[in-house]
Order: sequence, then C-alpha cells, then structure tokens
Amino acid sequence: MNILALIGAINPVAASGAVVILIGLWGVLARPNIFKIAIAFSIMETGVNLLILSVGYIRGRTAPILDSAADAATATIKMTDPVPQALVLTSIVIGLAVTALMLSYAVRLKAGKDGSSIEAWGEEKW
Amino acid sequence: MLIDLIILACGIAMALAAIGAVVTRSLLVSIILSGGVSLIASLVFLLMGAPDVAMTEAAIGSGLTTVVYLYALSRSKQADNEDSEERVENPSKETGVQP
Amino acid sequence: MMRKVLVTLAIIGFAFALLPMVFEAGTPDAPGGLASAYLEKSPQDFATANVVTAIVVSYRGFDTLGEVAVLFAATAGVGALLTRKRLGLTEPDAPKTPSTEILYTATNLLTSLLVMFGVYIFIHGHLTPGGGFQGGVVIATAVLLNLLASPGSHVAHSVMSAVESLSGAFYVGLGLLGAFLAWGFLDPRVLPIGKIGALVSAGSIPLIYSVIGLKVGAELSAILDALKGDRE
Repeated sequence: MNILALIGAINPVAASGAVVILIGLWGVLARPNIFKIAIAFSIMETGVNLLILSVGYIRGRTAPILDSAADAATATIKMTDPVPQALVLTSIVIGLAVTALMLSYAVRLKAGKDGSSIEAWGEEKW
Repeated sequence: MLIDLIILACGIAMALAAIGAVVTRSLLVSIILSGGVSLIASLVFLLMGAPDVAMTEAAIGSGLTTVVYLYALSRSKQADNEDSEERVENPSKETGVQP
Repeated sequence: MMRKVLVTLAIIGFAFALLPMVFEAGTPDAPGGLASAYLEKSPQDFATANVVTAIVVSYRGFDTLGEVAVLFAATAGVGALLTRKRLGLTEPDAPKTPSTEILYTATNLLTSLLVMFGVYIFIHGHLTPGGGFQGGVVIATAVLLNLLASPGSHVAHSVMSAVESLSGAFYVGLGLLGAFLAWGFLDPRVLPIGKIGALVSAGSIPLIYSVIGLKVGAELSAILDALKGDRE
C-alpha cells in the first residue's frame, strides 16, 4: 500500500514513544558510566509516558476542560479520553523521584572507593 | 492530518536528540539534550489535547530534572568526559553550579 | 562481542513487543464506557470544570495518596544518603564566589512573582489546567533560583519539615472527614458544591489540591537542599 495510507494507519504519538524507549534502552545496556545510565533511564521514562498517553489520543478532539469550546452537553462528543492523562500525571512525578534517588546512589558510589564505571563493580555479580 | 504530520516531525526531532544524548562522550551535552527531549515531548502532549500533562512535563522534565543532574554531577568527582577515570577535585568549574 | 550481540537481540525483541501498540493504540473513535461516564457525571457530581482534576483528586484519589507517599519515601531516601558525614565533608565549606549581577537582580524581582504564580496555579486547579503538582514544582523553582543567586544561603530546614508534615496530615484529615460526613474516603462533598466556574466551588477539591501543592513544593526543596550538601 502507499506511504500515505501507512502513515494514516499508525498512531504518531505511539510511534515516537516506542522509538524513544528503544533508544533509551540501548543507552542503558551499552554504556558503562553510571551517570550516563541514569540519563538514558530518564529518556526511557519520557518515552513510556508518551506511549501510555497515546492510548487516549482521538483525532480532532479537544482538551477535557469544560469551557466555551465544549460544554457539559457535548462533553462526550468533543473531548479526548481523560483517564490516561490522570495516570501519566502520576507517572511523571514519580519519574522525578526515582531519578533523584538513582543519582544520589551514583554520587555515593563515586565518592566511595573507585571509579564510576560499572565495570569496576564486577565482583558484585552473581 | 496536519496535526499528525507535525507530531511525526516532533517525533523525529525527539529521536535525533535522544540518539545525540546517548552517543556523545561529554556528560554536560547529554544532560542538555535530555532536557531537550522532555521539551519536545511537552509540545507533543499539548498538540494531543492534554494541557495538564504538558505543564507537568515542561516543569519537571526540562526544569527540575536538569538541575538535579547538574547538582549531582558537581557533587561527585566525575570529570566531564565519561570514559576518564580521573577524580576532579573542583567539578563546579565545569558544570557552573556551586553545591 | 558477545555482549553486543545480546544487546542487539534484546532491542529487537523489545521492538517486536512494542510494534502492535503502534498500529492499534488509539484507534477507537470515541472514549470507552468508563471515560464517558466520568465525562458526563463530573459536572453533575462535583461541579468542576477540569475533568482531569476531578479524576485525580476524587474518583482516583487513592492513587494520588500513594503517589504522595512515594514522593515522601524518595525524599527521605535522598536525605538519608547525602548527609555531610557520608559525603566526606568534615570541615566547614570554603567561601564561594558570588553570582553575577544579572542573576542576583533578576532573582530579587522574580521570586515574589513565581511564588504568586505557583499559588495561583494550585488554587485554580479545578477551573483551568494545572493543579497541585504543577504549582508545587513552580514554588520549588523559586526556591532553587534563590539558592543559585546567593550561593552561601541555606534552606530553612525546620520550616520545610513543618510545612511538609502538616500538609500531609491535613490531606489525610480531609480524606477522613469525607469518610465521616460524606459518601466515602476523599469525597469532596463535605463542603457545598456551588456553581461550575466559580472560584469557591467543587467542595473541598481546591483545599485538597492546595495542600498537595504545598507538600510537593516542600519536598522538592528538601531534595535540592540535600543535593547541595547542607543536610546534617
């Protein structure tokens, strides 16, 4: 089938989210420095939020706030899905908390004995 | 259809910024680029009709997360190049943030 | 070499797992049954103009309580890991270089504006997009700007702890009040509902969101304070 039909069939937000998740996963697995792993983890969390929110994306509709654009009578005809938005709101804040905790562990590891490369901690593996 | 194409263009920009953040050797450049990924994601959230989520992502993702990374980097003894094992004694000269 | 092959296989496997979602997510043309029920009932039950606020505070209020608990646990963890003794800072700090004049002057002008903006966002959470979390982050940004502009200053530790603990207790207290006087835990109908669009409306939703905003702002300031190295 032609390109335009293919582009119309995919969900663009879900495609962007999936690509960002894969790039973040590659960054977590392939780089040895702890700070770089933390940065790639944060990029992966942004991708996951995009992917969750893409479930509620309905083309051509507006935000779920009652004002002059969509009042109470036409609510279900003109608004996007509000439930994934509530879930992603929680997820973004928890992502910041987890990032702060991960970075404080990285700072303590670096201030300890030796390097901040995870190769130096090889004896911790099972 | 137009909004779909704009979201696809933003998605390509996000992918390029994320690849740049992972590939580069300098830690400062990858911190700034990950803040850029969050900013473009906030724009995508706004185009989808989710203004609450866009505000939260813009404030937390490209505001506080970048600052937390810079503070952590200047608190540790990590040099700017990610492969080097040297212990920098005064890293606040490189990051610009005084802990 | 083996490691690169395994990493490539993992990424290809994940791509296969995510591929059906790209083609099938978001294909229905109308919101499902639960979302339609929330969209229709929210102006009648609670008189909020922002449906996402009604879902976050009252329909799914227990998830928000869990999120506040996770944020508290992360703040406690950061504060416990980054004390001065564990970072190795035994002697008092060296004097720091002062910041540039533009930053200092702009911070003096912007601090009050930022705090007022943050309070505006979480008081009007039921009318416009926004709410407790966004307002709390803006207030933490005002504190951060002050920490950057005068490098020798500290966050007032006892004030932050008091604000955080009292806000958390007040949040749970409002929820229990809903359990005794209204239909359930965190039900906002303890106060009169009022008209859609007025500032004093939607029961106790503005109060709950204000308390959440203060608590999030205090906790993020405590994280910044611990990262700065001022925690004993």
